Amino acid sequence: MNISPDNIIVLQIGPIALNATIVYTWITMAVIVALSWFGTRKLTTECKISRWQNLLETLVLGMNKQIRAISNQEPDRFLPIVGTLFLFISVSVILSIIPGYQPPTGSLSTTAALAICVFVAVQFYGISKRGFIGYLKHYLKPTPFMLPFNILGEVSRTIALAVRLFGNVMSGSVIIAILLSIAPLFFPILMQALGLLTGLIQAYIFAILSIVYIASATRVYEEKEQTLEKYGKGKE
Amino acid sequence: MDNVGLIGMVSIIVAGFTIAVGSIGPALGEARAAAQALSSIAQQPDEANTITRTLFVSMAMIESTAIYCFVVAMIVIFANPFWNYVITKAGGQ
Repeated sequence: MNISPDNIIVLQIGPIALNATIVYTWITMAVIVALSWFGTRKLTTECKISRWQNLLETLVLGMNKQIRAISNQEPDRFLPIVGTLFLFISVSVILSIIPGYQPPTGSLSTTAALAICVFVAVQFYGISKRGFIGYLKHYLKPTPFMLPFNILGEVSRTIALAVRLFGNVMSGSVIIAILLSIAPLFFPILMQALGLLTGLIQAYIFAILSIVYIASATRVYEEKEQTLEKYGKGKE
Repeated sequence: MDNVGLIGMVSIIVAGFTIAVGSIGPALGEARAAAQALSSIAQQPDEANTITRTLFVSMAMIESTAIYCFVVAMIVIFANPFWNYVITKAGGQ
């Protein structure tokens, strides 16, 4: 039994092996791009809009609303990365109801790549918001003794992000594979429906956690400013 | 008992123990979180959206410990490095 689609080699050209993870990642990306292109062909601002435009607008507005509610900041800067992560993971989960499709998020290399994207994004947004020195200073808080623990926490939450998504998606496919050999008639369908639900929740949670991490890297500065303002007003 | 049988037996027993012990803590924790969130929703139905969102996130955090145990159990059963080592050794002789 394969516990990850990394082991399935689709095509071998010399030393370069094309495994199932890469193939299905590209299929997922193609599906997302094609649907978005198809949906945004005829955008209108009139009262009557097409069904696809309605769907995409609902999605983007919903993501904007969630990001604003969690980060208490304007969502425009965070929407590209967080929204893309959510769309990629949820589309790859939804496509897994098609027989023969292996979700690329069921491989540790894909989820590690996504988690590293989040890790880099946290540093990027933190530095762009607070400046290089100002961002590095927050590793020294509350005391410089906490420096190793802060760095360790940063790394371990990235690993946790990757392993959580991988474990959830992989457990779904492993359970279905085991059930297919025990009770192949009706039961796997139920587990597949349950897998759809937990997969979508995991996509939501991945996006939420990444926005929480990014917001925590950018927020501290604002709170400090606000308290300074309060003190300033108190003095006046 | 030879090495192959010993490693197979220990792997299976340890995988069972990993998932058995590792799922107790998260199960209790998730139950507490869900019970607390339900009673908060009953007290303040207006805040149901925020409470549900926070509940999902914290559930995922709590559940991740069980997921780690599951991943370790899966590695011990399906991708055991020691097992592969012994098998290749035996095949080489």
